[in-house]
Amino acid sequence: MTDILVLVEHDEGTPKKVSNQILTAAKTVGDGDVIAAIFGAGAAGAADKVGEFGASKALVWEASEATDYATEPKVAALQAAIEASGATVVLYAADPFVTDVVARTAIRVGGGVVADAIDLELAGDRMVATKAIFGGDMNSKCQVEGDRVQFIGVKANSFQAESSGGGAAEVVTLDVTLPESATRAKITDVVQAESSGRPEMTEAAIIVSGGRGLGDADGFDLVGQLADALGGAVGASRAATDAGWIAHNHQIGQTGKTVSPQLYLANGISGAIQHRAGMQTSQTIAVINKDAEAPIFSIADIGIVGDLYKVIPPLVEEINKRKG
Amino acid sequence: MRIICPVKRVPDTAAEKKVTDDLTVDRDSVEAILNANDEWSIEEAMRIKESRSDVEVIALCMGPESAQQTVRKALSYGLDGAIQITDPAVAGSDATATARVLAAALKDEDFDLIIMGNQSSDARSMLVPAMLAEYLDVPALTYAKRLAVGEDGSVEADRETSGGHETVQTTLPAVVSVVEAINEPRYPSFKGIMAAKKKPLETKDLAAIGLSADDAGHAGSATKVLEATPKPPKQAGDKVEDDGSGQVGAKALVDFLVAKKFI
Ligand SMILES: Cc1cc2nc3c(=O)[nH]c(=O)nc-3n(C[C@H](O)[C@H](O)[C@H](O)COP(=O)(O)OP(=O)(O)OC[C@H]3O[C@@H](n4cnc5c(N)ncnc54)[C@H](O)[C@@H]3O)c2cc1C
Ligand SMILES: Nc1ncnc2c1ncn2[C@@H]1O[C@H](COP(=O)(O)O)[C@@H](O)[C@H]1O
Repeated sequence: MTDILVLVEHDEGTPKKVSNQILTAAKTVGDGDVIAAIFGAGAAGAADKVGEFGASKALVWEASEATDYATEPKVAALQAAIEASGATVVLYAADPFVTDVVARTAIRVGGGVVADAIDLELAGDRMVATKAIFGGDMNSKCQVEGDRVQFIGVKANSFQAESSGGGAAEVVTLDVTLPESATRAKITDVVQAESSGRPEMTEAAIIVSGGRGLGDADGFDLVGQLADALGGAVGASRAATDAGWIAHNHQIGQTGKTVSPQLYLANGISGAIQHRAGMQTSQTIAVINKDAEAPIFSIADIGIVGDLYKVIPPLVEEINKRKG
Repeated sequence: MRIICPVKRVPDTAAEKKVTDDLTVDRDSVEAILNANDEWSIEEAMRIKESRSDVEVIALCMGPESAQQTVRKALSYGLDGAIQITDPAVAGSDATATARVLAAALKDEDFDLIIMGNQSSDARSMLVPAMLAEYLDVPALTYAKRLAVGEDGSVEADRETSGGHETVQTTLPAVVSVVEAINEPRYPSFKGIMAAKKKPLETKDLAAIGLSADDAGHAGSATKVLEATPKPPKQAGDKVEDDGSGQVGAKALVDFLVAKKFI
């Protein structure tokens, strides 16, 4: 039996969607216990909510160091959680900051890391991860070799979160000893640029994105209206972020974020290979572009050849009408 | 102050890629370039160098012999020198093995700051910066979109988050990884390109940095690729021509979204 430790991300006590998806995946593909590791203020609150998605136990560390200092306090906590649980497989949300914690922990405990899994299967005591490579042109299967802790990063929306019907997880407070080095990088400010009420782009089920075809920054108001009608997040091509129409953290592609939402709706984006590298694995792709020859149409499930400024307003109106 | 810029030779993303029999990227079949993200770290290092008098910037690259081209490209931006780790045994290194080799290469080197790209365009793992920092036992300020290094050895970075940033402070020595938003990289000047040919480039094998063949490549990697299969090309769906009013296009999209249960 292979016990799986899931590093759960949460917003002040509410587990992130991606973490519920990963807990469900661990429960579904695993043959042993699913144990949640939850760190930072609110961790105990989040621990009450992980049983629903299959965790039988939650290891909780609420110390303020988790959020006062970058990365390294959580490395110490994750190491403690691995030791306390005896788990040989650790699943985590493939997100940049979490990846840092896992990367350092893997070196510290002598583990191996496979990042960005879109599917998982357990073969004996090995967690085999499927990941998209070369911008989604190929799939590969990878695993951690030998007698090492297996760290596997799972991409958001690769699995659906489903209630396991299980009861509450047993909550255990984790005993973490911080080395002096854990507090050498102090977080002095946290700036949340937007409070749009929209979902986070990297875990959104729907992303509406805009490119150079918007013509100016105001175009993102229109894209935003469509995103809000669909309950989605707003993304962008590099042409749009380079122009300063929207912040770089919305950029999708080779040098931006890689996303795989259920629906990706591209507006005024031509579909350059560097952009496709960040969105090609989306489950459904819809496109509005006035150039029928734009390469993005070749990966679209539906393409509208038309002016986005003409198509989006009646589209938003109709969606809102149907929502009632 | 001595700044190290780890740079990677990667296949051009714009080119078609193949995998070799041992399931790693076939680096011979496509044109190789300097990893785009490493241009921002070089630019950031050069800006620090130009802002004060005591700065030396050194490129560090683990790769095949042909990576010399990539290293020379890096030098053409005005760096002072380079270290290249080349050994038949490094082929196929995963992030763990790569970080181990880079750390070993720095064991006998002076360094205050390591600035690197946040990810390589081929592996895209984003693992190497934090792993390198762990091997060297220094803090890592990753995904920086702003970096300030004080004369007193203080380091402050704004780390890009999904909704903004977090500001982190530490002291040298440190690893910093940078995102695209941090700067607009310069083009190498003609003078820089000519000068790059004469800049000191030290090439070392694994033994020279105290490692054995088992520490790198497939043997030294913690992960293994079991298979790699091309995905069948996607079948494009319906293409609907709007009539110029927006109504036809909007209706087609609504029908599609309803059929797919997005509305
Ligand atoms: C190293 C490197 C890394 C890169 N990384 C990224 C990355 O991470 N992400 C990324 O996106 N790009 C990236 N790029 C850039 C990429 O190559 C393209 O330049 C970029 O994606 C183009 O953005 P776009 O599609 O918005 O603009 P364009 O290619 O200019 O396309 C605009 C489209 O809008 C359409 N259009 C115009 N007006 C309208 C209208 N009124 N209604 C409907 N359609 C309209 C046009 O027909 C056209 O197809 C990278 C490039 C390099 C070299
Ligand atoms: N073989 C290598 N040689 C030198 N630096 C590397 C190498 N591989 C990765 N790096 C550095 O690590 C960064 C992140 O790469 P990755 O973790 O592979 O996404 C790159 O931008 C480089 O700065």
